Amino acid sequence: MNDPLVARVIAKLLMPMILLFALYVQFHGDYGPGGGFQAGVIFASGIILYALIFGLDRARLAVPPRLLRRLVPAGVLLYAGVGVASMLRGGRFLDYNVLNPAHPTHGQHWGIFLVELGVGITVTAVMLTIFYAFAGRGRQRS
Amino acid sequence: MNLQAELLINAALIVMLTTTALAIARLRSLFAVAMLGGMYSLISACLFVQMDAVDVAFTEAAVGAGITTVLFLGAFALTSSRGSDTSRRHSLLGLIPTLLVGALLIYASLDMPWYGTADTPVHAHPLTTEYLVNSRSSIGVPNVVTSVLASYRGYDTLGEVTVIFTAGLAVVMLLWTRRKKEEPEG
Repeated sequence: MNDPLVARVIAKLLMPMILLFALYVQFHGDYGPGGGFQAGVIFASGIILYALIFGLDRARLAVPPRLLRRLVPAGVLLYAGVGVASMLRGGRFLDYNVLNPAHPTHGQHWGIFLVELGVGITVTAVMLTIFYAFAGRGRQRS
Repeated sequence: MNLQAELLINAALIVMLTTTALAIARLRSLFAVAMLGGMYSLISACLFVQMDAVDVAFTEAAVGAGITTVLFLGAFALTSSRGSDTSRRHSLLGLIPTLLVGALLIYASLDMPWYGTADTPVHAHPLTTEYLVNSRSSIGVPNVVTSVLASYRGYDTLGEVTVIFTAGLAVVMLLWTRRKKEEPEG
């Protein structure tokens, strides 16, 4: 694309809304449809839209691959870490009730919140990693 | 919504779905196929919404119509964006297993309970009441899908995240090695 002005303007308008919507889906999953998985995919598509319109290099500057390679395992570790934390507090693996023994439902809220965050982080990072890997190779050939 | 309107919407969506699938089978331009594939996912998502499975519809729309289309486009950039023509004999040969598997699936679906029936094993099982009625007091999250996914079935979801993690790892190992070698030069 030579100078996709319309695409640039529309993308700039849409980007914050897509990312905000992803965060909404992430943190509103307790009340409405959605959760970490969907939010991660939406967040990643926001960044991919940026990469498609403004070029891979600028996207790599905004979200460096080095950061992604750390975020991919970080999400899984956060998820499993919640399980280990509940074990350390005397419960079973991923038993969120013990995270707040006085209010078990608060513990459940915390557990679900953190676990979904872990899912969101890993999904976003993996989707972007796959996209970068594909797009980077395509550019190499040409 | 009354029953007739629902039936009309379902019928329209099924017709659109079938038409899209047939168009995908006939087209040779893979860019168009990727776009129609996204449309197929979007229509499926509409059907899921129609069946009150909003969470599934959400995933289908985000993954099927969003990410998959982009990844297909990325793959075309690496390979070719035109499908090769299959000979008539080959397509006829392919038609036989397709029809057989299709017939088998339809035959199997006849064993399934009618959609929306109340006395199916899924609805009659005591666990359903436990999840739907008691999750409000024991988990405190209004969306039962979330409490099942993240709390009751937290183990399974951890497994799913690990699968995604492994997939990402595999792609990095397969596709990223060459790039890393050349990075210092460029």
